[in-house]
Amino acid sequence: MNIYKHEFKMYSKSVLTWSLALVLMLWVFLSIFSSIAVSAELLNDSLDKFPPELLMAFGMETMDLSSVLGFYSLVFLFCQICLAIQAANYGFSLVSVEERDLTADFLLAKPVGRTKILITKFLAALTGLTITNLVVWISSFLFINLYRDGRPYEIKSLLLLLGSIVLFQLFFLTVGLLVSLLVRKVRSVTPFSMALAFGMYVLSAFGSMLGDDKLEIITPFKHFEPNYIISNAAYDPLALISVAVILFSFAGSYVLYLRRDIHSVV
Amino acid sequence: MYALNPDHLILRNINGKECIVSIIEVNNLTKYYGKARGIVDVSFNVDEGEIFGFIGPNGAGKSTTIRLFCSLIYPSSGQAKIFGKDVTKFGPEIRQEIGYLPSEVFYYDRMKVLDLLKYSASFYKKDCTQRMHELADIMELDLKRRIDDLSYGNRKKVGIVQGLLHQPKVILLDEPTSGLDPLMQQKFFNLIRAENERGATIFFSSHILGEVQKMCNRVAIIKEGSVIKIEDIKTLQKDNYKKIRIAASNVDENQFDVDGVLNLEKDNGIVRFFYKGDINVIMRKISENEVSDVTIEEPTLEEIFMHYYE
Repeated sequence: MNIYKHEFKMYSKSVLTWSLALVLMLWVFLSIFSSIAVSAELLNDSLDKFPPELLMAFGMETMDLSSVLGFYSLVFLFCQICLAIQAANYGFSLVSVEERDLTADFLLAKPVGRTKILITKFLAALTGLTITNLVVWISSFLFINLYRDGRPYEIKSLLLLLGSIVLFQLFFLTVGLLVSLLVRKVRSVTPFSMALAFGMYVLSAFGSMLGDDKLEIITPFKHFEPNYIISNAAYDPLALISVAVILFSFAGSYVLYLRRDIHSVV
Repeated sequence: MYALNPDHLILRNINGKECIVSIIEVNNLTKYYGKARGIVDVSFNVDEGEIFGFIGPNGAGKSTTIRLFCSLIYPSSGQAKIFGKDVTKFGPEIRQEIGYLPSEVFYYDRMKVLDLLKYSASFYKKDCTQRMHELADIMELDLKRRIDDLSYGNRKKVGIVQGLLHQPKVILLDEPTSGLDPLMQQKFFNLIRAENERGATIFFSSHILGEVQKMCNRVAIIKEGSVIKIEDIKTLQKDNYKKIRIAASNVDENQFDVDGVLNLEKDNGIVRFFYKGDINVIMRKISENEVSDVTIEEPTLEEIFMHYYE
């Protein structure tokens, strides 16, 4: 419990920052919905003039910005990018930061086993992510209802969309953790997490642009594509791949961490 | 220090058989980092209540050995036991009674000293509050400051307090005095002696021969990953060479070629050699000359090692 408390304290500032950023983004985007929806016809016309590859890249080819969830799905994509970076940040830094700052010498020389350390740290990070997740839930509902201007929306699709966040975060958290344990040292977390988050996004974006679905298979941006969830009111079966990756990454990280040598300064 | 008296070390078990209590047992311990050598085939025992010195130049494998004791790294082969239990299998249980002071101390920067020490204490089953404040007083450590604001020496003090606050039965010190001023070093040595008198076994790694000589009952000398000698400190001191340097005009170096002199050389009117034996004999020899400068000092570790390799 002491480790959990300590770890969670370390996350508190970051969780607050990310949550505030997401609230702000949701608020700004959703507040312009009513004015966009009015001119959505116009917008739909002008969107038709864009090259279809570009629209595909942003998952906008079937998007109807005049509907509440059609518009929200675009906003949600931006949320996903932020959530991916945050989760990847926590994943990459989970155990590597102690080794980089050399505090691992302190923690691992205490009378606790590595299993307990890894699971507690993981739970603390997950708590941080879940708080951010809840903030997205609350502000989505709040701002949609505040700015939807009497337009209807299907609540089941919205719940499914928001419900996908947990797995989406877990994917980046566990993959980040696994990669951080595969390399000898993570000097700086940000390049890693940016590369993972944007890399996965680009795979999904380019995949739809090029019409090549081989690469899309590994990216959660495809597994949890907002448009698909909203138009089908169900998850893409590909989401199971995310689940498999999460389980594999966590198991792999566990094995690697238990056997890992913590190197000293020199 | 009762470890010097062998009677204390002999206990009778149920069968009436005599046995010496070894707190740390190291058997053929080997560690490779990939292909790079850590330590090779290291074996020694540390008895209860001993202050055991572990001495060698940088990169010899001192830290590797201590890190293996703490399960920060895992052995390639061989075994280390503390309290008779394998350090890898029973890590958390053993570490309840171990105090570890790493050579380089790093802590969570954003924390205050007091918070860090409380966090450290929270891992142990006993209440450490009183001891924590006592130690902080002895080491003159300001508990209210943030760790990022501390100097290297003050961080080291945090390391000492967090390593000792749970009154461990075994204390592992990895180059503990670097960064401490001489006054603090003295306080630290007194503290370690007091812990030893309380019954703690001390494993003291250092590359400074002087402090090991001052503190320890026995020493192991490690070089390039292997223990080359384990010896009583008294024997080592008796064995010790002095390093002598004489500056004098028109000196004939051959007059110093007596018993106990090694590596005699002369250049630019300066005679250098190592000497072991009655110091008066060599002093008389020196005074026969019109000297402008004389230094007599302890040889460096490397020079002692050279002697062991001859």
